[in-house]
Amino acid sequence: MNRTYELMFIVRPDMVEEELDKLISTLESVVTSASGTVKSVERMGKRRLAYVVRRFQDGMYILLTVEGTGAMVHELERRLRVTEPVIKFLTVRVDEEQKRLDKIKKLRGERQKRPTAPAPSAEPAGAGETAAVTA
Amino acid sequence: MADETRTSGPGGESSGGSESRGPRGGGRPGGGPREGGGGRKYFRRKKVCKFCVEKIESINYKDVRLLGQFVAESGKIVPRRLTGVCTPHQRRLSTAIKQARNIALLPFAGRA
Repeated sequence: MNRTYELMFIVRPDMVEEELDKLISTLESVVTSASGTVKSVERMGKRRLAYVVRRFQDGMYILLTVEGTGAMVHELERRLRVTEPVIKFLTVRVDEEQKRLDKIKKLRGERQKRPTAPAPSAEPAGAGETAAVTA
Repeated sequence: MADETRTSGPGGESSGGSESRGPRGGGRPGGGPREGGGGRKYFRRKKVCKFCVEKIESINYKDVRLLGQFVAESGKIVPRRLTGVCTPHQRRLSTAIKQARNIALLPFAGRA
């Protein structure tokens, strides 16, 4: 039931380090109080924005990866909207994408193993195929 | 009815005829099945999908360098007939570019 979300937000560039830490810890407490987990916090540093946002040309990017429910993300977004230094945010759901990537990696791994060990994997595959044909 | 159309007939017909017979809008080479009459090839250049060849699975909105290759100078997304990207990758690429635009990693409109 727990989904993984990536929450990226931009903070105004003239913000103090400690205030930023306070903001991040507030968000983390929101996550933990909603029985979610914070997977990672990544500060991507100051970057030049592609366009002017609220009269700022640069901003500090922070990436927060969390695991939780949709209601928790709703609460997080509400807080970000209210916080004055945060000028933009974007939430992306990544668990489906992660599942797809894991599946591809697993298939790749199996495909690499197959030329080295054809016998054990061929038997169950053959039995499965014949069973499907008869059924 | 014939009287009404008589005056506009000759002028209208010639312009109408040329418009409908010539290629519409993008009559560029490699336009595909429409060019069957001239004996052109189906696809002009054998452009391959960069993502299929290099086996890049995840197209993330965060890697601006990768996304920037498929964005024109004006900030517009380049159509897949120019880049040679296959359809599923183009769809994912376009959502990633739109996400990147929303988070100010890519511009909505560069110049012009």
